[in-house]
Amino acid sequence: MQDIIRQLEEKRAQARQGGGAKRVEAQHAKGKLTARERLELLLDPGSFEEWDMFVEHDCTDFGMAEQKTPGDGVVTGYGTINGRPVFVFSQDFTVFGGSLSAAHAGKICKIMDTAMKVGAPVIGLNDSGGARIQEGVDSLAGYAEVFQRNVLASGVVPQISVIMGPCAGGAVYSPAMTDFIFMVKDSSYMFVTGPDVVKTVTQEVVTQEQLGGAITHTTKSSVADNAFENDVEALAQTRRLFDFLPLSNREKPPVRETWDPITRQEASLDTLVPPNPNKPYDMKELIEKVVDEGDFFEIQPNYAKNIIIGLARIGGQTVGIVANQPMVLAGCLDIDSSRKGARFVRFCDCYDIPIVTFVDVPGFLPGTAQEYGGIIKHGAKLLFAYAEATTPKVTVITRKAYGGAYDVMASKHLRGDLNYAWPTAEIAVMGPKGAVEIIFRSEIGDAEKIAARTEEYRQKFANPFVAGHRGFIDDVIMPHNTRFRIARSLAMLRDKKLENPWKKHDNIPL
Amino acid sequence: MANKLFDKILIANRGEIACRVIKTCRKLGIKTVAVYSDADDGALHMRMADEAVHIGPAPAAESYLVIEKIVDACRKTGAQAVHPGYGFLSENRKFAAALKEAGITFIGPNPEAIYAMGDKIESKKLAQKAGVSTVPGYLGAIASTEEAVKIATEIGFPVMIKASAGGGGKGMRIAYSKEEVAQGFSSATNEAKNSFGDDRVFIEKYIEQPRHIEIQVLGDKLGNVIYLGERECSIQRRHQKVIEEAPSPFLDEKTRKAMGEQAVALAKAVNYDSAGTVEFIVGGKDRKFYFLEMNTRLQVEHPVTELITGIDLVEQMIRVAAGETLSIRQEDVKLNGWAIEARIYAEDPLRGFLPSTGRLARWRTAPESDVIRNDTGVVEGSEISMFYDPMISKLCSYGKDRDEAVSTLSAALDETWIAGIGHNVNFLSAVLDHPRFRSGDISTNFIAEEWPNGFGGTVLPEERQNAMLAVAALLHIRNEFRARHLGGKLGLPEWQPGADWVAFLNKAEYKLRVTNAEGGIDVKVGKGKLLKVRSDWKPGEPFFRGSVNGQSVVARVAPRPDGVRVVHGGAELDIAVRTPRAAELARLMPEKLPPDMSKFLLCPMPGLVVSINVSEGEPVKAGQALAVVEAMKMENVLRAERDGTVKKINAKKGDSLAVDQVILEFA
Repeated sequence: MQDIIRQLEEKRAQARQGGGAKRVEAQHAKGKLTARERLELLLDPGSFEEWDMFVEHDCTDFGMAEQKTPGDGVVTGYGTINGRPVFVFSQDFTVFGGSLSAAHAGKICKIMDTAMKVGAPVIGLNDSGGARIQEGVDSLAGYAEVFQRNVLASGVVPQISVIMGPCAGGAVYSPAMTDFIFMVKDSSYMFVTGPDVVKTVTQEVVTQEQLGGAITHTTKSSVADNAFENDVEALAQTRRLFDFLPLSNREKPPVRETWDPITRQEASLDTLVPPNPNKPYDMKELIEKVVDEGDFFEIQPNYAKNIIIGLARIGGQTVGIVANQPMVLAGCLDIDSSRKGARFVRFCDCYDIPIVTFVDVPGFLPGTAQEYGGIIKHGAKLLFAYAEATTPKVTVITRKAYGGAYDVMASKHLRGDLNYAWPTAEIAVMGPKGAVEIIFRSEIGDAEKIAARTEEYRQKFANPFVAGHRGFIDDVIMPHNTRFRIARSLAMLRDKKLENPWKKHDNIPL
Repeated sequence: MANKLFDKILIANRGEIACRVIKTCRKLGIKTVAVYSDADDGALHMRMADEAVHIGPAPAAESYLVIEKIVDACRKTGAQAVHPGYGFLSENRKFAAALKEAGITFIGPNPEAIYAMGDKIESKKLAQKAGVSTVPGYLGAIASTEEAVKIATEIGFPVMIKASAGGGGKGMRIAYSKEEVAQGFSSATNEAKNSFGDDRVFIEKYIEQPRHIEIQVLGDKLGNVIYLGERECSIQRRHQKVIEEAPSPFLDEKTRKAMGEQAVALAKAVNYDSAGTVEFIVGGKDRKFYFLEMNTRLQVEHPVTELITGIDLVEQMIRVAAGETLSIRQEDVKLNGWAIEARIYAEDPLRGFLPSTGRLARWRTAPESDVIRNDTGVVEGSEISMFYDPMISKLCSYGKDRDEAVSTLSAALDETWIAGIGHNVNFLSAVLDHPRFRSGDISTNFIAEEWPNGFGGTVLPEERQNAMLAVAALLHIRNEFRARHLGGKLGLPEWQPGADWVAFLNKAEYKLRVTNAEGGIDVKVGKGKLLKVRSDWKPGEPFFRGSVNGQSVVARVAPRPDGVRVVHGGAELDIAVRTPRAAELARLMPEKLPPDMSKFLLCPMPGLVVSINVSEGEPVKAGQALAVVEAMKMENVLRAERDGTVKKINAKKGDSLAVDQVILEFA
């Protein structure tokens, strides 16, 4: 027995060393923490319980039989974030470059299976050179086992991926199927094929950073949801995100105590919308003044900035915010913003996170680039997502709600629970100028007449009353009171029950 | 009140001064009329007044400066008198005359007095005649650059070139050499023309280490004139006053009396019959004083005089305008205590105080009280427009002595929260906390001398910084406590904060030893003394209000991605409080340098390109003018920071640029 305990201690010590002092030093030299150090920062101190520390690979080819490290390049187990359970895996780049073997994959699958059973989220810290090539197809099988679990877990427990080193080839598809991907600037990258292969195949010369760095994926591809300066900041922000989320689809999101009264009025919101309808304003100011403590966790802040998405709390309760941003492209909907918004709306609906939508949308972006790119189907994604969502939906129209985009943005017709309008709201098929030029096409030559017609149209439609008359909006609210009105609505909707007809699954236009 | 002064007064101004005049009118039971341009539709002054009249488009030249529109507004509303505030038409004798003709009372001095004092050259001659000492200089108008250089050489360098019709530093240049006279003369002439429609400039001796001290005078239509003590306005940047106080820490009773009597003599010489200010320049060493100019209007900084004399200057202006005899005699004027005013501007001290415009997304400050006065014309959500002076507020404090007044104002600035635009609050705090300012050893060069390379933020003294680190520890621990009270817990033991923490600030680390205490924590920073931090601050609150070792402390606090920002005493401290283990790991993080922008000339403020002075491929010397950008009617010359070659030019004359837009690139 003493002998066993001694052996146990030895094995544990060996596992904790990872790839050895030299490789740990190299990892630090790259500005990266080790797999275990990262878990120390991600989880509450002392809360981590490691599983499968003694797992080793069974590969014997290419001299692998002599190279074994307990744990096989990934640290797995569970712990807590602010007392709430979470399952984690953290790939260890110092052991076989974090490469994925069958055993390595098996460890990940084990924590995912348990997470599904108990209903707790999974956070993966990715830092891996890719497949364990020596293992061949066993490694590929391992990836697929993880993929399958990612898919089954999707919508059951939240999954978060933090890319903290390389993540290339097949490995990218596991994070790709999780709910959120964060990256670390300058030390992480993701791509299906690396710069060398790219050069061979397409003659393009490109760096790893350009091809798949944090900036690329947060501004161009939208693969990643945000990028942070370093490991420490990325892990702190992952904890922050985690606090917004429910543990699974079986329970409500957590409520955080707040001293920010829901009755707080913000007089300055009464002047947020400028008198000139063509002048932009910053929708983020509205969001920050409405939510608890101005605490807004924005998702994809640097991609498709014409729509703002993110998590916040109102009265302590988690809400998802979707808002048009008039500062960028006048807040119109285009391919990128539709996709960005749609995925987020579906995420919120998965976990019954109420959706608060702020609308100032002049319509869909016109042009061949948009049409050839398939704006019809991409725009339909956002429409579909809102329409199928059964979670509480509260909508506030601040200014423009024009055309089809009005319908899309959580309108009453898409089962919006409460649809409010500010006095500055204009709900119409299009702006007065465009409308008049169609209705009174024959008078276009006469500037004076057109001006008069435009004014007439403006008088008639540039207000919330026409829509209010039909019950398309439930009330006109004063901007300064927006926080309170939303908070009340959410409280009233807390036990909302609404179910879609049974189906195997829907067929959203992907 | 025995006889009614006026039934209705129109205020031909905007912003804080319009609001301030309305307050006194209300006190006196007089109805008020505001005027507003397109840009001010819905502004505070318009909402405070009983009536408001729209007077045209945003540019002042088409609204607030149009005499006929103001007179029409009076007719339309039946206003019997007009208070002009400061700036705009306040010192325009044609306006005073037009009102007179229309039978409307101008609440200000008679047109002759305005005329006599309005021209800097004429006023100096008059002052000399009245026995007031003046600065050596050339009083005639100057026709050409050559003449300017000749005159400057005769007076001796340094010299000052000023617009004859000017005020507020516009069209003013200091020259230390012939070349600078040549350059300064043409730009001063241009600016004078653009700002005042009068391109005359004059030259005088520039007094070094000067202090700007001015005397408030008050006269009536019966020839009585008194002086209400002085104001020291030496804290200036770009010749614009930033901090003013009354009394001056520099004057003795004898000098005060001598200056006061000369000011009264000058006022009497022009039959001055309202509130006015006689500005003097006072030599920092010999206390010799010279007449600078007389402002025939209510001065921006009048509140400090009101605070120490208890006299409402606007009320007095209204009374004497209505023909009342001054009820205050010279011997009634008593200076009690100390008052300081800080001008909060929408501007960016980190970018050479260039104006910042846009929406005031946040604007809060200390509440008004017996010791705090806040003269503002904007509220949270107002727009700071590019068309007018970008002042947000005149925040004033009162104390029994200078130290008390300064401390009160400093604390009020800590309670100030402005967001959405750039502002100078941190800079004002830094000035108030500066040992040299506290000692009273100031001059009009104070800012230029103490911050020769511009204001790059301030560093707190060790003791105050330690207090902020201790405050950050309290914020961090309270945030952590709350976070650990989310639902869905695993039933593990309750979290208890450890005693040892490490605070990270500006790449430095500070060991903190924390113990729990009733209502707060006790913190030892390194080997420093024990700091008892007490506060009922709760997570999410934007201000920390509490005490450190019994001394009350206010700081604005905001979460950051990896820590907290604490703004206090003009310093913005980004502090991360970590456990010793987390600190060990954080230490491993690489330091990231910001991208190198030295190869670009960036536009420092939103503005219009007046000229690009270089071409592509041209070699330039450090200090050479590269481009001129106009903002807020000020021409700003952008100069090369070092020698180099221009590679590419991205802007042209007439372009409207945003902040940080690349104007040109260097090789």
